[in-house]
Amino acid sequence: MMDLNTLWFVLIVVLFIGFFVLEGFDYGVGILLPFLGRTDTERRRIIHTIGPVWDGNEVWIITAGGAMFAAFPHWYATLFSGFYLALFLLLAALIVRGVAFEFRSKDRHPTWRATWDWMIFVGSAVPALLWGVALGNLLRGVPIDADMHYVGGFFDLLNPYALICGVASFTAFTTHGAIFLNLKSTDPIRTRALRATRTVGPLATAAVLAFAAATYAWTDAFARLGVNPGLVPMTAVGSMLAAGVFVHRARLGWAFAMTCLAIATSTITIFMALYPRVMVSSLNADWSLTIYNASSTPYTLTIMSVIALIFVPIVLLYQGWTYWVFRHRVTADTPLEY
Amino acid sequence: MDALTLARWQFGVTTVYHFFFVPLTIGLIWVVALLHTAWVVTDRPIYKKMTKFWGKLFLINFAMGIVTGIVQEFQFGMNWSEYSRFVGDVFGAPLAIEALVAFFLESTFLGLWIFGWDKLPKKVHLATIWMVAIGSNLSAYWILVANSFMQQPMGYVLRNGRAEMNDFLALITNPHVFVQFPHVITGAMATAAFFIMGISAWHLRKPADEEHLEAFSLSFRIGAVYALVSTLAVMTVGHTQAQYMMRVQPMKMAAAEALWDTENPAAMSLFTWGDERERRDVFAVKVPGLLSFLAYNRFDGEVRGINDLQEAYVEQYGPGDYVPPVKWTYWTFRLMVGAGMLMLALGLWAVVAVVRERFGHPWLLTAALWGIALPYIGNSTGWIFTEIGRQPWIVFGLQRTADAVSPTVSAGMVLTSLIGFAVIYGALMAADVYLLMKFARAGLAVPDLTAAGDPDAAPAPAHA
Repeated sequence: MMDLNTLWFVLIVVLFIGFFVLEGFDYGVGILLPFLGRTDTERRRIIHTIGPVWDGNEVWIITAGGAMFAAFPHWYATLFSGFYLALFLLLAALIVRGVAFEFRSKDRHPTWRATWDWMIFVGSAVPALLWGVALGNLLRGVPIDADMHYVGGFFDLLNPYALICGVASFTAFTTHGAIFLNLKSTDPIRTRALRATRTVGPLATAAVLAFAAATYAWTDAFARLGVNPGLVPMTAVGSMLAAGVFVHRARLGWAFAMTCLAIATSTITIFMALYPRVMVSSLNADWSLTIYNASSTPYTLTIMSVIALIFVPIVLLYQGWTYWVFRHRVTADTPLEY
Repeated sequence: MDALTLARWQFGVTTVYHFFFVPLTIGLIWVVALLHTAWVVTDRPIYKKMTKFWGKLFLINFAMGIVTGIVQEFQFGMNWSEYSRFVGDVFGAPLAIEALVAFFLESTFLGLWIFGWDKLPKKVHLATIWMVAIGSNLSAYWILVANSFMQQPMGYVLRNGRAEMNDFLALITNPHVFVQFPHVITGAMATAAFFIMGISAWHLRKPADEEHLEAFSLSFRIGAVYALVSTLAVMTVGHTQAQYMMRVQPMKMAAAEALWDTENPAAMSLFTWGDERERRDVFAVKVPGLLSFLAYNRFDGEVRGINDLQEAYVEQYGPGDYVPPVKWTYWTFRLMVGAGMLMLALGLWAVVAVVRERFGHPWLLTAALWGIALPYIGNSTGWIFTEIGRQPWIVFGLQRTADAVSPTVSAGMVLTSLIGFAVIYGALMAADVYLLMKFARAGLAVPDLTAAGDPDAAPAPAHA
């Protein structure tokens, strides 16, 4: 029987998976926007592929943040105050990106549109990189003292391991977005998206392999997971390779399933290596934050469990329905709202 | 400036800015949903055009509210880590529930509404806008449950050096939220009402054609009635809330009146210029007994002053300064109430004109246009008042703001983010106001949004 703390750890992992899988392709599409859309209408069609869903996708991270606050307040407090400037950059990126989607097509001036398009690019690229950096640092360990206070600086976060994680998330999301765009667009965007997939995909695969190797070299994952890391990490690497095979054979639906799987299992791998810790202290193993010393009371966790078990399935249902409604490709006949 | 002062400025600036957009979202969504319903029921094209017109303005505003709301969710951990540790067990729950129950709902269904015009059956599409309306109003409730805990902590026990939840029902049925939620919601409705009335008035000064005359006359009528009803409501519930606060946070209300010493019967200040350090009036105009009347509905009754409350709090909580900045509380309270009075006058004028079918008078139309600003003044000063008036507490009686700030975040870091937010927010405000004015002026016509000279531009959408 799983205890409440573990249940909430799992729930937060689920929220992160939902966020990375869904918002991952939104970021990818945003990153590719200036490169794959040659005319303004093409760029509008590209934005339209994620138009109806990006906002709902973003709520996954808001909910994950709220869940961390409610279930593991010390994790929320240490992480958000410790990674202060990185969080600020992330917020700045999310702010300009969200507004850019809504504002860019509401004026005809070319400079207006070009400005917002670059905002979408920057607002997608920065988080795509930063999420990898942040997760890498959780696992690698950061200077946390006995009072759960982060005592490092901003540049401590930019260590080689975390940067590899950042490159991995950036390239993986870009590939994920390129494949999504393949499925949701028509020519000429589709052809260009396929070319982009074949360019970025190998880089992403290499980055994910480098991430796996670096995790074994620079974190305690090896000691914790053993020589045979088990099914989940192997699936992460395997599905990334499989995605490459499917892209090569132009089976993009399968390739998309594989990148979804790769992102999900990579996320699980990181949290498996962390468990039961949520932030590793590089100063003293006893000072790490865990799901026990960082948590809320059993009473709060019970209340929140009841609410989560009712509402998470409902959210999944109506978000799933949204994807069903907007399942068709964006074509030249699709009315453009953005 | 030290990190604490900068963090307080950042919270104040980002929160007031966020709340420029939230009330319009909450109040306008009901009108958009009703117009959309009118179109589905009657099939009259003008209702669809009105839905699209107000819907477009709603969306421009909504985007700003959403993105600035993300900052709210994250900055407790960023700038107020000791607060987050101290209250996370209680305060985190309503925030998480808000995201899961309300924010998901409004964001997902808004995407369906914007993009669903041709994809969904008419009635299903109509249902999506109602889901957005429910989501955004539900969202306000959960956020105010969280804020009510800061104003009047309920449903907790002090244990293990922090506040721990021991009664979820008490937390979410905090009596404070039942005076605060109606006040915020009716204030939001008033914001939308004066927005609708003002923009309609602008079009009525020189209607482009018969259709515009009809659409904006109807909008003006809706706006005027909505304005009067919501202003009466916001004042009534605001009065109830003030009486409630007299009991729960008497210091805040004493500071709002610059009432230095306990009085019975208590006079109401109309204008006070005081010496805050000496805690005395320099110049004051007062109405005898009126404050007692406002507090207790009778012309006598003791209202406790700042000096007595300070002494009582020292006895209860130990040495310290428990007086909030009186100038801020006094003047923001007066600005809020003053804005409400003007809104009431304008609302009455507009409704009388509507009833008499003579609302084309240029004075009324000009006043209605400028009246758009009034609820914004009321909303902002109201929040500044209630948050500053609670100081030095971040959670009343439990934690001081000075003890809540993140100890590891330096002044330089907060200054960096504060400047960053200020620059971004300033630029976005300019873009937002530009677009709102552009689309408000464009009226019912659907502006051509294809980029100039685009070779493969699609024809204008068929449904528009």
